[in-house]
Amino acid sequence: MSSALAFQTAAQLSDQLAARQMSAVELAQACLAQVRATDGRINAFLSLDEADILAQARESDARRAAGQARSPLDGVPVGLKDVIAVRNQPLTCGSRMLEKFVSPYDATAALGLKNAGAVLFGRLNMDEFAMGSSTENSAYKTTANPWDTSRIPGGSSGGSAAAVAAGQVPVSLGSDTGGSIRQPASLCGIVGLKPTYGLISRYGLVAYASSLDQIGPFGHTVEDVAMTLQTIAGHDEKDSTSFRTEIPDYRAALAQRRGPWKLGVPKEYFGEGLAPEVRASVEQAIAWYRAQGCEIREVSLPHTEYAVSAYYIIATAEASSNLARYDGIRYTHRSAKSTDAIDIYHHSRAEGFGPEVKRRIILGTYVLSSGYYDAYYGRAQKVRTLIRQDFLDAFREVDALLTPTSPTVAFKKGEKTANPLEMYLADIFTISLNLAGLPGVSVPCGFSPEGLPIGLQIVGRPFQEAELLAIAHAYERAHDFNTKHPAL
Amino acid sequence: MTSVPNSSSSSAYEAVIGLEVHVQLKTRSKMFTRVATGFGEPPNTLTDPVVLALPGTLPVMNKEALDKIIKTGLLLGCEIAPVCKWDRKNYFYPDSPKNYQISQYDQPICLRGGVEIELPGSARNVMGEHKTIPLTRIHLEEDVGKLNHGAVESLIDYNRAGTPLMELVTDPAIKSADEAFAFLTAFRMILVAAGISDCDMEKGQMRCDANISIRPVGDEKLGTKVELKNLNSISFVRDGIAHEIQRQIAVVLGGGTIRQETRDYDGQTGTSQSLRSKEMAHDYRYFPDPDLMPVKVDEAWKAQLREGLPELPFDKQRRFFDVYKLPYTITSVLVPDRALSDYFEEAAQLAGTAKAQAVGNWIANDLLRELGAAGLELAASKIRPAHIAALVALIEGGAISSSSAKDVFVEMFQSGEMPEPIVDRRGLRQSNDTGELEKWCQEAIAANPKAVAEYKAGNEKAINSLKGPVMKAGKGKANPKLVDEVLRKLLAAG
Repeated sequence: MSSALAFQTAAQLSDQLAARQMSAVELAQACLAQVRATDGRINAFLSLDEADILAQARESDARRAAGQARSPLDGVPVGLKDVIAVRNQPLTCGSRMLEKFVSPYDATAALGLKNAGAVLFGRLNMDEFAMGSSTENSAYKTTANPWDTSRIPGGSSGGSAAAVAAGQVPVSLGSDTGGSIRQPASLCGIVGLKPTYGLISRYGLVAYASSLDQIGPFGHTVEDVAMTLQTIAGHDEKDSTSFRTEIPDYRAALAQRRGPWKLGVPKEYFGEGLAPEVRASVEQAIAWYRAQGCEIREVSLPHTEYAVSAYYIIATAEASSNLARYDGIRYTHRSAKSTDAIDIYHHSRAEGFGPEVKRRIILGTYVLSSGYYDAYYGRAQKVRTLIRQDFLDAFREVDALLTPTSPTVAFKKGEKTANPLEMYLADIFTISLNLAGLPGVSVPCGFSPEGLPIGLQIVGRPFQEAELLAIAHAYERAHDFNTKHPAL
Repeated sequence: MTSVPNSSSSSAYEAVIGLEVHVQLKTRSKMFTRVATGFGEPPNTLTDPVVLALPGTLPVMNKEALDKIIKTGLLLGCEIAPVCKWDRKNYFYPDSPKNYQISQYDQPICLRGGVEIELPGSARNVMGEHKTIPLTRIHLEEDVGKLNHGAVESLIDYNRAGTPLMELVTDPAIKSADEAFAFLTAFRMILVAAGISDCDMEKGQMRCDANISIRPVGDEKLGTKVELKNLNSISFVRDGIAHEIQRQIAVVLGGGTIRQETRDYDGQTGTSQSLRSKEMAHDYRYFPDPDLMPVKVDEAWKAQLREGLPELPFDKQRRFFDVYKLPYTITSVLVPDRALSDYFEEAAQLAGTAKAQAVGNWIANDLLRELGAAGLELAASKIRPAHIAALVALIEGGAISSSSAKDVFVEMFQSGEMPEPIVDRRGLRQSNDTGELEKWCQEAIAANPKAVAEYKAGNEKAINSLKGPVMKAGKGKANPKLVDEVLRKLLAAG
């Protein structure tokens, strides 16, 4: 990307396209150039269909020339995590299992972007089947954190976060099952939103854990996230779990809603394991809100300590069933060693899945087994209800909650791969929201002494994304963390 | 030495049978996607990304299927669950695209209820005993694809995959192969009549497994059960069960014990062989399907479905006895076929209830015979209920004789013309002019002194010898009833 366009926001690029200061083709070419210049070190992209990208950009230019631009995002490149189906594009999910799979259909979210005229720009790296917190579980490559390429970008949507942080695309989509949007956003110094469960259709989002998965946008600013959310939110008759709700104008709401808000600080989120530099930045952010006239209240979410355990039972149980379809019979990897059907299953799954996916399938199979269901899955669902109730109780007192997004800044590649349990704790502050179905956004709130980004997580009421984004936007406008970019 | 049946005699054992019946619902589209259902289409043409379980696809429930199973439950007197909840049944098999089946585990949509059956009577024209087989549950699920095994490789056709499938489970309350046969006959009759399924077993629309055990007569405890599969016609169900009961009795009488197993019945050879034993039982790891929200089934929904319910076949039979005074032999033809019984009722209304028996006879005997001979369905019949009613009116009014009516019927069947013009054109109207009749009768009496003498000596039947010449003189148009009256009058007087 020419330095003039690099790191510009989607809103800025949208204005320039509207003013005909540049064409969509020029913008797409600038993004392709930035990918060429940086992705050798970042490894954000799994694949990039240059001809298709330029064709989309040309169509956008033609629409604009005819006065038929479809939305502010018309002509703006959007990267997609390789777990969201786009017609005629690969859909590997970071897995060998789907190495050769090309999707014959569009995810509803991808269709939303297409209908808005956005240029669907490449397939972004991820932990295999969205299982991981560092993108090191990808079967293909390890994505680097643009702020320090010896570190991980977070995960599982690490490619989506790194591509935006490295100025390769202005916005991208990821998916969040336990923190997979918010944690990499925090570690890469950008904004990432996990919407309320049910706000965005999951049709075409390859399932990891169906009751927890949700698509969401990444961007440099809250405004960019709001603009992107606008194109993908809303009920979809192809997803029974998508919710019928009025979709407000999220971008307009940013300026309209000004607070002051009552904000809660859950005490359980500031205990042991929280890195001091993260704590300091988040406390400064809290102090800023107080200084703006917001009422800050300490609240309690007493069942927080059970969240990680409940999550790894529910998520793995659903995953063990969701991933059963990757069996070597049809579109998936089939082992050359196979002879009969049973053999095809055994060898193909042994070869096609990586170790973390196998670990979760085994765990999930175990907790659903006859005789163990009540003790594990049944109890985890009860815990889930209690966790949701904790949040709903808190929201009777406050409009939103402020917490750290990640307990630490980005860690080194390989630092936690040997210890899955330690890796699981990377999501300790984000997981509860998925269990409760609540929206959460991570916004940059500082840097560690070594210059690594720190994120503030703001938790909102169900389907109150407009309010949530306005709270984040107010903070963002008064700070310049999001205007700093990594030196590449 | 033995006087009563003891454990060394086969009559000392009784069978306990439970059936599991799978029925494809007759819906336009599949259970969880909009693709059409169908049979006999080119392989893998009734598919879409959802049926094929491509990554990222999601199920969306077909309300028509839920409507139909709730209707079934209402017809069979089941309790309808307040919420339709979906579970995943996890197992690997290549005919199952997701490697789990969406089904209902702990909360089936229909609980309890029963199916009224009729056992075989002592003769074909005698109604058998009626009883009700209690049901355990009925739930809704999706069908799987079909494997076609070749010499080296197997091919999969997913056309059937995702077709709405109802699974009915009876209590272990069936006592014989005949009862099982009667159960399936009655169940099929209800489903077809209500438009819930066509239940064509050859197309796999209805499939049945049987759980069979035996125990000494009088024992409360159930014996070890054997599951019999592949019973792909109602007759095979009867024959397979009969065979299995005899096999188990022979095993026990031979000093052996019954092994819990699944056996495959071959209807062609009338034999069965073991498929698998109990040790290989699956752990299906059921859990609620997170892709599907539970659906509330409220009273208004049920009330609306209840309005469209047809009369149960045996209720209709009882009504036909009461209202139309039909004999069993006729009701047993009309009642199983909803279109035919509707046709009958329309004709009976037109003809008047008093003439319903005659109407029933014409339909059950003549109409069905002609349709069968012509290879036609009832819907294609040119004879409509109005024709039957008009014909019966002509006969009962004495306008034509029964034998002429047969000819008129055949012509109506060919042309679709109403009976009156046919009767008139062919000059079949009977003579009811007693003056002319008396003349013919006197001539017959005069010409047959021997028959007259016999009649007067007390031989009633001798009068028939006089009728022939009268009918001949009247060229078939004389009303036989009147001929009889006039002859008797003249003979008594003379």
